[in-house]
Amino acid sequence: MYRYDNIDRRIVDARVAQHRGQIARNLAGTLADEELRPVRLQNGLYIERHGPMLRIAIPYGLLSSTQLRKLADISRRYDRGYGHFTTRLNMQLNWPKFEETPAILDELASVEMHAIQSSGACIRNITADKFAGVAPDELADPRPYCEILRQWSTLHPEFAFLPRKFKIAVNGAAEDRAMIRMYDLGLQLTRAGSGDGGDGAGEIGLRVFVGGGMGRTPFVGQLMRDFLPRRHLLTYLEALLRVYNRYGRRDNLYKARIKILVNALGVEEFARQVEEEWAFSRDGPATLTDREFDRVAAYFAPPPYQSLPAGDPAFASAVAQDKTFAAWAERSVHAHRVSGYAAVTLSLKAPGKAPGDVTAGQMEALAELAERYSFGELRLTHEQNVVLADVRQGDLFAVWQKARAHGLATANVGLLSDMICCPGGDLCGLAYARSVPVALAVQERFGDPDDLRDLGEISLNISGCVNSCGHHHVGNIGVIGIDKNDEEWYQIVVGGRQGNATAIGKVIGPSFAAEEVPEVIDALIAVYRERRNGGERFIDTFERLGIEAFRERAYAGRERGKTASEQGAAHDQDHQE
Amino acid sequence: MTRIIKNKRIVDDPWRIVTLAGGETPESVEVPETRAIVPLSVWLARKDEILARGEPAGVWLDAHEGPEAIAADLAHFALIAVNFPKFSDGRGYSTARLLRERHGYSGELRAIGDVLQDQLYFMKRCGFDAYAVRADKDIAAALAGLEEFPESYQAAADQPLPLFRRRSA
Repeated sequence: MYRYDNIDRRIVDARVAQHRGQIARNLAGTLADEELRPVRLQNGLYIERHGPMLRIAIPYGLLSSTQLRKLADISRRYDRGYGHFTTRLNMQLNWPKFEETPAILDELASVEMHAIQSSGACIRNITADKFAGVAPDELADPRPYCEILRQWSTLHPEFAFLPRKFKIAVNGAAEDRAMIRMYDLGLQLTRAGSGDGGDGAGEIGLRVFVGGGMGRTPFVGQLMRDFLPRRHLLTYLEALLRVYNRYGRRDNLYKARIKILVNALGVEEFARQVEEEWAFSRDGPATLTDREFDRVAAYFAPPPYQSLPAGDPAFASAVAQDKTFAAWAERSVHAHRVSGYAAVTLSLKAPGKAPGDVTAGQMEALAELAERYSFGELRLTHEQNVVLADVRQGDLFAVWQKARAHGLATANVGLLSDMICCPGGDLCGLAYARSVPVALAVQERFGDPDDLRDLGEISLNISGCVNSCGHHHVGNIGVIGIDKNDEEWYQIVVGGRQGNATAIGKVIGPSFAAEEVPEVIDALIAVYRERRNGGERFIDTFERLGIEAFRERAYAGRERGKTASEQGAAHDQDHQE
Repeated sequence: MTRIIKNKRIVDDPWRIVTLAGGETPESVEVPETRAIVPLSVWLARKDEILARGEPAGVWLDAHEGPEAIAADLAHFALIAVNFPKFSDGRGYSTARLLRERHGYSGELRAIGDVLQDQLYFMKRCGFDAYAVRADKDIAAALAGLEEFPESYQAAADQPLPLFRRRSA
């Protein structure tokens, strides 16, 4: 992974000193709360329902064992002994003390970490494929691009106060596992065709998607450039951000994301304006050099793999002999580009636990597992799980046993109970409704492992409000908390999906009370069970049948069902403001 | 006299900013004989009159007013100010970079409005060299904001080369 040099270190140290000064000035009364707010947010410091929350950046989700141990240590000494992994590959501490945040940032800096731009109207933490560097379907490793973008975006003087936040995701594989079409800017690594104007066919460059996003007004990103040679990465993005900074709306918080600008102009016109701006900087000094790319890429060189046969007999026999292990391996063990190795997902969705929450003890156990079995590195996933990317197949059984001892081996990855869930109204100041109790109720209802396996792959994503941190728009089933007369209600959306066929789910109808949500999900699942063909997944059945069959069942026996379609239409409008 | 930060020092400011009060129009507003920083609308309406005075000219751009409107007039200005109506409105950063890097403006470039210590470093990097720190703030303390970071990754108005071209040198 990338390691800081002296310059990187001095910049992060200076940032901590700046934050310390800001907190001191605020406490001394010379920096007003509203003047501190935007700058503290750019160090990840929120003031939430119960007090401060600190969001720590984990660039493209990559962590070393040393760093994770430090997070465990920080969570014990400065918080309540646990943290929360978010859908944006950050870690949130929910109970830090305001005046201790400079000390926490100091601790982070000691392991080459920070909270820079993990919030605020700026370029945020950049995300990537959880299987970067090891996926069999990968064309090129996205991490060097992410790190180059991290450095470029860090304390960028022109783009510190954009109209609104700006999120970038990079995918280097055939299948999009980074949700690039749901991001403000999605970059897909691709190879040049003959007419792409690069150095020649075969050169690696980027396909650029813009204007995706969730929230109040969800959009799937649109293709704005089919091929951007790698060397133009920074000048082109700088031109794009400048157009957004100058012309993005600032009069209405809800219309300030780049997706609104792109849709107001049309993607062709937006792209034209970017090209016009870019003409001035193209091939200028900010053009990325091969030397710099190679310098950064060297940090992501493959680890020293052993030469191993393709199938490990010990793994095969453990699968044959131990049904529990086999069930876990079926969900958690993924193909690897190197013979004899596997990538492993460790689930943070154990029954009765808030999705994404991780205790200090679990952090230490994960750090230990990574150190012993996966070259000392881990990745966070936007599904709020943890990946060990480089495990020898012969070690899988040992990894499972140790993970199991720490509640990290639930065999549900990709299944219904592996839900994405934001912290919700229990903690978050933005949420309209609680999300974790809903998640736990669904987990309880669908707790039977055989039943879950039978249902197969299905994504259930839960957000406590329209801001969509729980990615409900792209869940096969999405749940979103809304506020009706100061009461918690939940809307259900169906048919969303991530990946190459990204789709935004449709609101099924009028909202439900919390206790109804598990029943409604049960009803949707029942339609699937009854009508699936062969090996169809839930989403396949949904796309074949359409929403009506599901809507009808969801409201069967409920009074609201009578006006479902009318109210559904009303809610759809709410959805677009 | 008001004090501002200019070229990293606190100095007295002889200039006066002209604004349009309710009912005033660009045509009618009174413009001081010397050292006036006029709104873009006044400049556009009364360019010849202001130039005929033979005095150094100053203009200020509001956040939504890009540099394109004065790009052909830059040689006339001793001072261009860019207004930050709120410190969290970042359009002025782009305006400053465009004035310096695209249009080659080399006179005084001043940040006015909601100008605070914690933004001075970014302003400096984008090409500002003068800062009218908000009147209720301690301008001497704010001076430290110019030197917040020892190094920067990006190319900008103050440094034409990105770090990676200097790092590997």
